[in-house]
Amino acid sequence: MGELTRDQLVGFYRTMRTIRRFEQRVVELVNRNDIPGAAHEYVGEEAVATGVCHALRPDDVITSTHRGHGHILAKSGDPRRMMAELMGKSSGYNRGRGGSMHIADLRLGIFGANGIVGAGAPIACGAAMAAKLKGRDGVAAAFFGDGATNQGVLLEALNLAAIWKLPVVFVCENNGYAISASIREMSPLHHLADRASAFGMPGDTVDGMDVLAVNETASRAVARARAGDGPSFVECLTYRFVGHFTAEKALGIKYRSDEEIEEWRQRDPLVTYPAWLRERGICDPARVDAEVEAVLEEAVAFARQSPLPAAEEALDGMYATTYPGLPARGW
Amino acid sequence: MREIRYLEAMREGLFEEMRRDPSVIVLGEDVRHSVRGLTKGIVGEFGPARIYDTPISEAAFTGLATGAALAGMRPVVEYQINALLFVAFDQLVDQAQKLRYMMGGQGTIPVTYVITASGARRALAGQHSDHLYPLLLHMGMKTVMPTTPEDAKGLFKAAIREDDPVMVLSPAALLATKGPVPDGDYVTPLGRARVAREGTDLTIVAVGPLVPEALVAAETLAAEGISAEVIDPRSLLPLDAETLLESARKTGHVVLFDDSNRTCGFAAELAALFADRAWEALRAPVRRITRADVPVPFSTPLESYVLPSRERLLDACRACRAAVQA
Ligand SMILES: Cc1ncc(C[n+]2csc(CCOP(=O)(O)OP(=O)(O)O)c2C)c(N)n1
Ligand SMILES: [Mg+2]
Repeated sequence: MGELTRDQLVGFYRTMRTIRRFEQRVVELVNRNDIPGAAHEYVGEEAVATGVCHALRPDDVITSTHRGHGHILAKSGDPRRMMAELMGKSSGYNRGRGGSMHIADLRLGIFGANGIVGAGAPIACGAAMAAKLKGRDGVAAAFFGDGATNQGVLLEALNLAAIWKLPVVFVCENNGYAISASIREMSPLHHLADRASAFGMPGDTVDGMDVLAVNETASRAVARARAGDGPSFVECLTYRFVGHFTAEKALGIKYRSDEEIEEWRQRDPLVTYPAWLRERGICDPARVDAEVEAVLEEAVAFARQSPLPAAEEALDGMYATTYPGLPARGW
Repeated sequence: MREIRYLEAMREGLFEEMRRDPSVIVLGEDVRHSVRGLTKGIVGEFGPARIYDTPISEAAFTGLATGAALAGMRPVVEYQINALLFVAFDQLVDQAQKLRYMMGGQGTIPVTYVITASGARRALAGQHSDHLYPLLLHMGMKTVMPTTPEDAKGLFKAAIREDDPVMVLSPAALLATKGPVPDGDYVTPLGRARVAREGTDLTIVAVGPLVPEALVAAETLAAEGISAEVIDPRSLLPLDAETLLESARKTGHVVLFDDSNRTCGFAAELAALFADRAWEALRAPVRRITRADVPVPFSTPLESYVLPSRERLLDACRACRAAVQA
């Protein structure tokens, strides 16, 4: 570390705080039915997206997951257009077609959240390949969970990136569970990063509750990719403080002990990091908090005021080049 | 008769088959804690050797079921969401469905696949809302979609006993519905349609979650003087063509109400069936109400627009009846 500026250190906090408060507002809005459906909250995992995305440039690419709000905010996604998308409004990032699991902004290098576990990884490889072929030194980061590491396409993507030395950083967010399935039962390895060596790439395990540690490791992996030395695998040990998604309570399942949840909550990066900033006299976190509240307040207001799309729009824009009769209507 | 919920009826059926046949085992994601509710209590009654929480490895556990079936087990595989069929597709249709034939008729592959919340669950967008049965039918896979608690249990049990791969689709919209379910052991055989409502003027063939909608529409039509017959094929392959054709020959008017996409959809296949075999009885063109050929969008007005609706069904029925006078 050492090279980080005060602005960067404060920026980490602003991003983490934005993610936390964004997610908390999303839950309120889901519970009030202002946001239809369900959402997978990123609460507890903020340091991962923040540490990684702050190691990237604006022209770098990310692929995200079903639990994507944090990645998108950390990659400079606009909270207003995100909130509008979650409410299904036409001012949303996807004009209301995607909702929580599909937010994308290609101009910011956000190649989409994704509803299919593991599906983003090969797409990140493709973005990395294109950067290479076009003679740019862009990098792609693929986010995925511990559960995704058992998906065939993810393992295939690791190998593709390795044999073609693609500038990809594979970011495994190991929060210990895939819904109710403990990674302890789903992989015999103690460290998922140990899989990396079988694909001939470096693998690191870092404390995903420590934004500085994540950023340091991610920065090294990004630099390696940018220099043309190929992909890396970064496993971030983290935890979701809440259920798999907003509807979990209704399922009445319990797969984690209260003690385990409490233990991880003790390491909440939204408590430890601002305390560290204050101690060092780097900034007053309360001022950042106030800024973040104002931004989110405005985002919710913007989303609420935006109109819903007109029903007939549903058939627009399916093809880049369309033909008569496409897409077929159902009546 | 006692009344229980659709999902509970299925669960009863699964437990009965597991008691009856020790070779029945269960595989799937989060099946021990039972995120979908179908497999709740299996560990307690049958122990951990009969139920496996799989990693998120759909292709692999689908193929594993095929191998286990060829070697004497009778696996029940639960897919948490519709989209998992895409991930597992080679193992489903190119392996499980083809191997017996391609090995010259050797062996049997008694696997039951079940999607416990099939079709659109609302506000989940394009990757979680498809209803994929036409793809399976196209590849020759036996597929059932029960719409009442009685059939849910009876068809699930029949599927488990069947010596071929069978896909059981349980529409999300129906899982909580209640209905009469007989006591004791029974199966609902594959290949028999159910006449959900009798009528004389018009035949509505409705699929899965659309059956209750069609029944409501039939009431509206009755008030307008149109007597609609509603048929629930429930077994999509094998299909009970005779029951469908008999109804069409009686009414001379057919409207298809299908929860799949338009192009090469199930309704297209049924329309061809009526054209081939009931042509002389038809007094108006067969009409189809289906999904539009776009990914199901998230936002409520968009989503409602692309999914088949009762209003569109009613319009189609009226137009179909009006055609006769012209
Ligand atoms: C291919 C696929 N299988 C299953 C699912 C259903 N599903 C959605 S999220 C999830 C768990 C994912 O676990 P993990 O990758 O660890 O991510 P986390 O939810 O912990 O962030 C599952 C099984 C899916 N969406 N896609
Ligand atoms: Mg996980």
